[in-house]
Amino acid sequence: MVDVTPADAVPPAEVGEMELYHPHSWWTKYVFSQDAKVIAVQYSATATAIGLVALVLSWLMRLQLGFPGTFDFITPEAYYQFITMHGMIMVIYLLTALFLGGFGNYLIPLMVGARDMVFPYVNMLSYWIYLLAVLVLVSSFFAPGGPTGAGWTLYPPQAIMTGTPGGQDWGIILMLSSLILFIIGFTMGGLNYVVTVLQGRTRGMTLMRLPLTVWGIFTATVMALLAFPALFVACVMMLLDRVLGTSFFMPAIVEMGEQLQHNGGSPILFQHLFWFFGHPEVYIVALPAFGIVSDLISTHARKNIFGYRMMVWAIIAIGALSFVVWAHHMYVSGMHPYFGFFFATTTLIIAIPTAIKVYNWVLTLWRGDIHLTVPMLFALAFIVTFVNGGLTGLFLGNVVVDVPLSDTMFVVAHFHMVMGVAPILVIFGAIYHWYPKVTGRMLNEALGKFHFWVTFLGAYLIFFPMHYLGLMGIPRRYAELTDMTIMTESARHLNSFISIMAFVVGFAQLVFLFNLIWSIRHGREAGGNPWRATTLEWQTPQTPPAHGNFGKELPIVYRWAYDYSVPGAKEDFIPQNVPGDFAPSREPA
Amino acid sequence: MAVVLVLVLIVVGSVLFHFLSPWWWTPIASNWDYIDHTIIISFWITGIVFAAVVLFMAYCVFRFRHREGNRAAYEPENKRLEWWLMVVTAAGVTALLVPGLFVWSRFVTVPSDATEIEVVAQQWQWSFRLPGKDGKLGTSDTRDVTADNPLGVAPKDPNGQDDVLVEAADLHLPVGKPVKVLLRSIDVLHDFYIPEFRAKMDMIPGSVTYFWFTPIRTGTFQVLCAELCGQGHPLMHGVVMVDTEQDYLAWLGQQQTFAQLSAPQQSGSANSLPGEAIASNLGVAANSKLSRSAQ
Repeated sequence: MVDVTPADAVPPAEVGEMELYHPHSWWTKYVFSQDAKVIAVQYSATATAIGLVALVLSWLMRLQLGFPGTFDFITPEAYYQFITMHGMIMVIYLLTALFLGGFGNYLIPLMVGARDMVFPYVNMLSYWIYLLAVLVLVSSFFAPGGPTGAGWTLYPPQAIMTGTPGGQDWGIILMLSSLILFIIGFTMGGLNYVVTVLQGRTRGMTLMRLPLTVWGIFTATVMALLAFPALFVACVMMLLDRVLGTSFFMPAIVEMGEQLQHNGGSPILFQHLFWFFGHPEVYIVALPAFGIVSDLISTHARKNIFGYRMMVWAIIAIGALSFVVWAHHMYVSGMHPYFGFFFATTTLIIAIPTAIKVYNWVLTLWRGDIHLTVPMLFALAFIVTFVNGGLTGLFLGNVVVDVPLSDTMFVVAHFHMVMGVAPILVIFGAIYHWYPKVTGRMLNEALGKFHFWVTFLGAYLIFFPMHYLGLMGIPRRYAELTDMTIMTESARHLNSFISIMAFVVGFAQLVFLFNLIWSIRHGREAGGNPWRATTLEWQTPQTPPAHGNFGKELPIVYRWAYDYSVPGAKEDFIPQNVPGDFAPSREPA
Repeated sequence: MAVVLVLVLIVVGSVLFHFLSPWWWTPIASNWDYIDHTIIISFWITGIVFAAVVLFMAYCVFRFRHREGNRAAYEPENKRLEWWLMVVTAAGVTALLVPGLFVWSRFVTVPSDATEIEVVAQQWQWSFRLPGKDGKLGTSDTRDVTADNPLGVAPKDPNGQDDVLVEAADLHLPVGKPVKVLLRSIDVLHDFYIPEFRAKMDMIPGSVTYFWFTPIRTGTFQVLCAELCGQGHPLMHGVVMVDTEQDYLAWLGQQQTFAQLSAPQQSGSANSLPGEAIASNLGVAANSKLSRSAQ
């Protein structure tokens, strides 16, 4: 613990500032904007819009599962199209895009003290390619044969065969094309986020002074840049199999009595490529959530995050380990059974750094000064759902326990709790937290609390009991649960209950949307720093921050991001750009 | 304060739900009660952790909620506490992993006296093949699949001639005898899953996968497909009947061998694949948008 003074902590500026590109017209300011903050709003709005489609699709699925046979238009074909599009939209086009494209773009330059991303033009292209990817995906709803119904994992051979909706039509082609576009767009944005964090930090902003939000988004982006190429090649290879008749993933097959022309390919190769991307993807969504929730808890409990260095190393360890656990999605895929020993061990080891993060969040609450604001409520709810979902992950990661549970509703409940509900609760908390910076006005608190209680309790009531359906052995991805000997009358009632809760939770999101729009004009004026937070985005001269973020001079950073309730200081927070000579800054050396 | 109450209620409610709800696993019918035991260990360890974390949170919110004049403590790190927590977590993880891996090694080690049987999946039905008197299954290849030879048994392989074929019908197994199930698919991925046996494994076209188990009680068990295999996936049911030794032998005596089925006079009855009948029942060929657009 060294006392840090401005003299030894702030290096001189190495290079002078570059002139930013300045927009000249309405079009270049609000549409083809190169300002990361505008791009962030564009990303967020697009992700939210497509997310609403996924929400409606989930309702349609729950109608079928909760009230089987009541709705004739939900054929098995339609059902599989709904689950596929719901899954892919939520994981890729909503969660990945919103955390990295949305929060990453808005927060990275502001939090590290940069005027913008380092490559603003490429950043703009990133959004427009993402939008194109979304449009291609949506177009599959209107294509002959409809969207693909291969499940979001798109496992071949069925993904490109006649028995699967969209398999021999446009559905799968549009899906694969859309993913390829998404990855191209993401790579442009991702390189920007990484280089900006590494090269764009203001004077005094050392890596170990970065807010954990930036650490989370940064690590997730590095992972995404390493993981998405695996999905990219898998998509290209499957596209070739489908369009040109190659056999990367297609062995000899007899389909409905007819010998197909394929020969010698490996379906399981696709699974390895998919999950080499797919497992890091879980953490690509989770790490930004980890980072953001750390800052929410610290700010609203008025206390430094407990064990900052351990938190940073835990993020990095999780990121690295997540590349050697992918085959835990494949314990019953028919891969060599000895893989199970290795992947079960690595998977359970990941629980250790993850548990440390949980401990440090709750230890941050310990002896804090907890303000139960809406962002704090969402952060607490995140801990509950994340711990719940993380612990059921220990079931599924422990190879032999996975054998009876895999491909059942237990898996559905687990991953919705841990990478659906938990990160989305963080997204909500983060929106309530940063909305005042983006718009200058607060979101309505009464509506926020209503939204919180219905969403949190409703989601828990949906997914907690669902585990037990899986324990009974009820398989996932069943368009109908009829004629099954294990299906009991009471389980049918439980399914109806889950469906009703899904509608309740869904409608609460409409209240949230209303709040988002209404508060732009009618919300209470926020001022520059309504939460009395330390990080740089709250110290901008204007709110919302103008183009270039920080006015004439960039801030100089003198301390870490967590100087809350420092003994001897007058206020219970000291912003990062306040010189440190009057208070003992006990940041980790 | 509502938050504190709700957090406590979540813990109490979840625990009560676990013990009181009617939704639990099916009565086991195989030797894999080891897996059930491992699940119980997992429930105890994770349940305790869940309750501890959430109740601790509830206490913190209650004790350290904001009141006028409160100020938080300033404590960036506590190395001792952090290392202790890490060690305790590692111990918990080990307690889960070690029994898990121990049971897994049993699961992947097939006993030498296990009888090999074969399950062949196709969209959307199950067929089975049992070794004949020679105790060996003949080789097979998807390329050998024809209307007369729907399982693709190699026509020239002498080991395959006496194999017993059960096409799109129920499989019978003798109770108490370990079985190694060889799994094969001729079209897409499927997964042979019987909830009461606890075991399951994907079947991959072009490969042979396997698992083993010993049925421990007689009865009729439903086979489900557990890997998405197209529109007919939820209807891909089958039946496995576990019989006493006598009943099993009686059933076996009525089955036909590959040689009998592929004899010329039999071919007339097998000129269409059963899968096509299921497909047309499902309306795949008649109703899908796909075939409409293809016309």
